[in-house]
Amino acid sequence: MIGVPLGVMLGSSEAAYRSVEFLIDFFRSTPSSALIPLFLLIFGITDINKIAIASFGAMLIVLFNSAYGVMNAKKTRVMAAQIMGVSKWHVFKDVMLMESLAQTFVGLRSAVSMALVIVIVAEMFIGSENGLGHRIIDAQQVFNVKEMYCSILVTGALGYLLNLLFLLIEKKLIHWSGKA
Amino acid sequence: MSGALPISVLPPQAAAGEPDSLLTLRAAPQTHVTVRGLSKSFAGKPLYTNFNLDLPRARIVSIFGPNGCGKSTLMNMIAGLVPLDAGEILFDGKSLKDTKIGYVFQNYRDALFPWITAWDNIAYPLRRGGMKEADVRARVEALVKLFEIRFDLQRYPYELSGGQMQTVCIMRSMATEPEVLFLDEPFSALDFEMTLFIRAKLQEAHLATGTTMVIVSHDLEDAVFLADRILLLTRRPTRIAELVSFEMARPRLPEAVADPEFVRVKAHTLEVFRREMNA
Repeated sequence: MIGVPLGVMLGSSEAAYRSVEFLIDFFRSTPSSALIPLFLLIFGITDINKIAIASFGAMLIVLFNSAYGVMNAKKTRVMAAQIMGVSKWHVFKDVMLMESLAQTFVGLRSAVSMALVIVIVAEMFIGSENGLGHRIIDAQQVFNVKEMYCSILVTGALGYLLNLLFLLIEKKLIHWSGKA
Repeated sequence: MSGALPISVLPPQAAAGEPDSLLTLRAAPQTHVTVRGLSKSFAGKPLYTNFNLDLPRARIVSIFGPNGCGKSTLMNMIAGLVPLDAGEILFDGKSLKDTKIGYVFQNYRDALFPWITAWDNIAYPLRRGGMKEADVRARVEALVKLFEIRFDLQRYPYELSGGQMQTVCIMRSMATEPEVLFLDEPFSALDFEMTLFIRAKLQEAHLATGTTMVIVSHDLEDAVFLADRILLLTRRPTRIAELVSFEMARPRLPEAVADPEFVRVKAHTLEVFRREMNA
């Protein structure tokens, strides 16, 4: 129930990092919820379906932000590394990648929220056996308002906590953000 | 020095019988950097056309001139940050890629890497150059001694003051023992106390290592104070207005600004500058 969204978040970050290609590739991303029917066709009514959609949506966001972060790496810093005679690969790894981390984490946090939204929506309409989204829609259908509000609040709390978690990780990892 | 430019700036005339090619113009003795036939345009408007220059070895040369004359562009072309349209720049006959250079940026905050400590910043070019860790440590310690560092280098750059950050930048740029050190307005982002501090440190480093230095400055006093030669440029299309010599003994203490020789040179430089500014 709660484990599924969490797995989705982690899954989507892995996928994003592996597929991170810093190209200037601006393509229009259709709203992920609009893709739910398509994924239904491909994956059917399974848990993998939910993970897939959420991962896809989240990956897009992380990709955008990472690319943006690299493109906006401080030019002076890149020049400083180049003029020290450092190889192109090292200029990328030591400067551009590090510079882009702050932006990437912004992307990660957005992606986490987005993934949660998609999973909840998917659970509501795909008809899963369990999950918070399922509970919410069920409660609504039988007018069990108390149950419904409760589930909504739990969902909100989950989203908040996940965001907080990533924020803490970011603060620990990117100690220089906002100061340099 | 009347209209004729001093020898150490212009390459001597080719001897009789030698082909009159620009690139075979012999450099004056004691020359480290030779610029021949440099041409550069921006947006179709020429900045440098067939520009020649000799920079003397182990001396500090300041580049000074009116707005838009291309001081930084000239230095950046020599340092390889800006491509040339035409011409050749050699370091003792070698091209840039065979030469070790250092560069100190005006914006020290953006030049240092905030994700590693100041110490690691200084060690960075050494490590990337494949130096063994023990040698890296020895070299950085030598620099710490040379610059008489009193602050904690284990801190991150953003925890240091401006002057400390710029000092770290200078140390990092000198770590690889470069042949030429380029400094782009190194003091303009510093307060006066730090300017005095860095002036002293740069002189000490220069005396200790004999590195050829090129400084671009938009401050007249900075341009004159540290220099052995002050290269004065004209408005575009840029040519050399004059190369002023400043032979005062080193190390020059802050009191030197009151010295009659300094005052004379500064006044002369100012006169040439204003003449070019109004040209």
